[in-house]
Amino acid sequence: MERSGWDLGRDDVEHLLHEAAAMRGESLWQDALRRLRRNRAAWSSLLFLALVAAVSLFAPALPLPSPVTLDLQLEPQPPVAPWSVWGSHGFEPDYWDLTAVDGLLVKARLAVFGDWQTGHWLGTDGKGRDILSRIVWGSRTSILVALAATLCSLLIGVTYGALSGLLGGRVDNLMMRVVDVLYSIPFIFLVIFLITLVNEYRTELEDRFGIDREVVFFIVIGAVYWLTMARVVRGQVLSLRNTEFVDAARVIGASTARILFVHLVPNVLSIVIVYLTLTIPAVMLFEAFLTFLGLGIEPPKVSWGLLAVDGSEMVNPVRIYWWLVVFPAAAMASTLLALNVLGDGLRDALDPKLRGKD
Amino acid sequence: MATPMLSVRDLSVRFDTPHGSVRAVDGVSFELHEGETLGLVGESGSGKSVTNLALLGLVPSPPGVVEAREVRFGERDLATLPPAELRRIRGNEIAMIFQDPMTSLNPLLTVGRQLTEVLEEHRGLSRSEARTLCARGLGDVGIPEPEARLDAWPHELSGGMRQRVMIAMALLCRPRVLIADEPTTALDVTIQAQILELLADLQERHGTAIVLITHDLGVVAGMADRVHVMYAGRLVEAARTDDLFGRPLHPYTEGLLASVPSFDGDPTQALASIPGQPPDLVDLPPGCAFAPRCPLASDACRARTPLLEEVTDPRSSRRRRSACLDALALAERHAGEASR
Amino acid sequence: MTRFLLRRLMWFAITLWVVVTVSFFLMRAVRGGPFDNDRALHESIERNIKARYHLDWHPFKQYLHYIGPLNLDEQGPEFLGGDGTRPFGGVLTGDFGPSFKYRDFTVNDIIGQSLPISVSLGVIALLWALALGLTVGIASALWRGTRIDVGLRLVATAGIAVPNFTIAGFLVIGFVFVLPLFPVAGYGTWRHLVLPGFALGGPFAAYIARLTRTGMLEVLSQDYIRTAHAKGLPPRTVLLRHAIKGGVLPVVSYLGPATAGILTGSLVIERIFAIPGTGSHFVNSALNRDYTLAMGVTILYTVLVYSLNTAVDFAYTLLDPRIDLEES
Repeated sequence: MERSGWDLGRDDVEHLLHEAAAMRGESLWQDALRRLRRNRAAWSSLLFLALVAAVSLFAPALPLPSPVTLDLQLEPQPPVAPWSVWGSHGFEPDYWDLTAVDGLLVKARLAVFGDWQTGHWLGTDGKGRDILSRIVWGSRTSILVALAATLCSLLIGVTYGALSGLLGGRVDNLMMRVVDVLYSIPFIFLVIFLITLVNEYRTELEDRFGIDREVVFFIVIGAVYWLTMARVVRGQVLSLRNTEFVDAARVIGASTARILFVHLVPNVLSIVIVYLTLTIPAVMLFEAFLTFLGLGIEPPKVSWGLLAVDGSEMVNPVRIYWWLVVFPAAAMASTLLALNVLGDGLRDALDPKLRGKD
Repeated sequence: MATPMLSVRDLSVRFDTPHGSVRAVDGVSFELHEGETLGLVGESGSGKSVTNLALLGLVPSPPGVVEAREVRFGERDLATLPPAELRRIRGNEIAMIFQDPMTSLNPLLTVGRQLTEVLEEHRGLSRSEARTLCARGLGDVGIPEPEARLDAWPHELSGGMRQRVMIAMALLCRPRVLIADEPTTALDVTIQAQILELLADLQERHGTAIVLITHDLGVVAGMADRVHVMYAGRLVEAARTDDLFGRPLHPYTEGLLASVPSFDGDPTQALASIPGQPPDLVDLPPGCAFAPRCPLASDACRARTPLLEEVTDPRSSRRRRSACLDALALAERHAGEASR
Repeated sequence: MTRFLLRRLMWFAITLWVVVTVSFFLMRAVRGGPFDNDRALHESIERNIKARYHLDWHPFKQYLHYIGPLNLDEQGPEFLGGDGTRPFGGVLTGDFGPSFKYRDFTVNDIIGQSLPISVSLGVIALLWALALGLTVGIASALWRGTRIDVGLRLVATAGIAVPNFTIAGFLVIGFVFVLPLFPVAGYGTWRHLVLPGFALGGPFAAYIARLTRTGMLEVLSQDYIRTAHAKGLPPRTVLLRHAIKGGVLPVVSYLGPATAGILTGSLVIERIFAIPGTGSHFVNSALNRDYTLAMGVTILYTVLVYSLNTAVDFAYTLLDPRIDLEES
């Protein structure tokens, strides 16, 4: 039977559709997850980070000594291996202001472990506070600050970048020029300057608006770190706006909203996630930096930055308290290392150029 | 026939990946004679480029592993030559041009620098001596104002011009063999014709033997003296160009030829295509790799891998080679069609 | 070229103006000046001091005086009521005014004394970061996938993941206390700058190593590297002539941010090693509300980073012929 090449039969169409469905296979995310799992380093980093997050979240329920109870002694005590001193009794709940949920966790701890607490496995600092406990409690502050500040930079950066990319033309040009200019300012000087100014109004802010120092901190850091995010997002939006698949979507009559949420958002999201894993470490380091300068976290609260500062201040030629430097640094380094490795892994996993290969 | 200038015996290349070993090239043998043009055709991924990269030791290792019984080039065996000596042959006696002239030139060096370094390396010339020769070389490939072009950056040239630069670069040392890997694929159709003409013209003047790698049967038909067809890393048919086009003795070749659109074809007729996909080279089943897509496949085809064997074409009585068990049947069918 | 520089200059002027204006008025708007934090001064003394620093003027007049180029005080030009002995002044003439805290010094004096120290520290840190970062990055790319590569990458990533004062702590323990090779702190000889330079440059060395590795791998997978091999060039020539230039391009564009980062890092490092550089003055001035000094340092560093960025962009175009300054 002669048949025109243009006139497909019903069977042919069904066959084609069937083939297309089979070819589409996995979504971007399933594919990315599969590739991430195959990357052993990235996957173990993810598991490690999950562990860190869990420990920090449930810190009040763990049988650790109090991170703030002072035990006036002459000098820091070196680590005691768990097999020689497993733990002791005599724990007293002593913390800074805790939220209701944390209070419940402390109650749970008291119910399960009573007044039993672990020994000083990682040693104590100059004021007799348990280093392990301080690292665990410090992780809460550090992670919270990092997440909140990153979220803040994310909000500003994504909005700014997406707006710039979507508006295009002259507006885009001007908006990006502003970013360029801000980029070339040593912003941190301005930030320090601003923080000292804001410090003048600390008590008012706290009493009247309930804004404490950390919140100022998030906002300030967010205001610094949004620049790169804005650039990245704008670049992505701009390049996606002109890609064939968006044209194709438009041709088949997809609405603007559909194009935005089905095509643009997932693609921008992947690069945003990758960038997040790189911003969080930067913010954690910045927290340490500001804390070192006396502008960050203040006692009695504790953060990894504060621990690192405490440790480095105890460096002296008479006696080397290595555990004060090594353990906080190790906690920070391993977490940041894991974030970096995860970020690299995610970038590889989400890179569309590599999709479907290997 | 005279002794071939290049003769390859049982060349295999595999890539060891975490997901298994990929046999990109499997037991390929062929010969190249003085001044001839050998076409090497096949779908992408059939191993035609890797075959030639392997000859020159350009397969990245790891993950690539190259094995060959012999790669005789004149007096030497390229398969056992130490890397430093093989390097002295590359770009000198055997030169290569690549598919995409946009990415094959270094964007950070001037055209002149990329040309002169070839002569500096292989001829020991000074840069100024090399410049004169390079300008002449650019003139030879039809580039106007060659002196001025030496100082140009690659991005300042059009695609066709860049491919001419690549050809000039390859021919600077008057190589005996030129391997052209899809030299026209990335170019506009009009430029394609110019470049092919240029290659043919240069071959005539210098007597260079050319290995023309392409998936474009039209290019092969116009240029090549002989054609080898590759499928899934193996040679499946080898013949003189007119024999191959007239009477293909392998169903894969037949399918390829049928899928070429032609001017005198019936415009209402759907263009034929070979059903299915090329096989995954990681776990190649035993038997003929083409069997799953072949209309003639029998149990025998799936049982063992057919080798490239000599067949006598009943019509021309010429000896040809095909890796199809049914080659003779195909030949007879052609004979029948022709007599009808 | 000229257009590029002019445009840069214009944007720079705008930025600087915004920075100066906003911080100047914020500073004045904030309650509590530099003189009322420790003990209550006698009213007449306070009035004297305020008069000396013109804090009794209308803020806008103070602002004009601070910016310049006309001097608005009694030494200013005659048509403004001054005696004309010093008609010009202010930031536009490079005069940052008197320090609020170091009563007998101008901001220019303090910067003039401390900047050379900070610059030499910064240069040492940057050079060492470049030398180590490039070597490690290239080595890592060439031996990719081997144990050397994995080890180098681990060290590099760890270098990015630790605050620089912790690195400084390790260095001091190692090279001052355990192996007494260097002085613990202070400034005077080159040996005083080795450990601080090392600690300051460390994270940047690590980052440069990562950038170089990625850049080199990207370049080494390019078609034109295959072409270079096919031409029969020796591997060393391929690497040095064809690969390195493209591979280190990302590092060149990173030099701008790296300089800014090193300036920032010097705030901490100068404090740890008690180096009397500009960075330590800046921190102290911010904490002490010595606003003129803090603003002076901020303006200075902004100028420094901006001009370095422009120089880097310019250098980039020399390295990469595809970039056109006029269009960028």
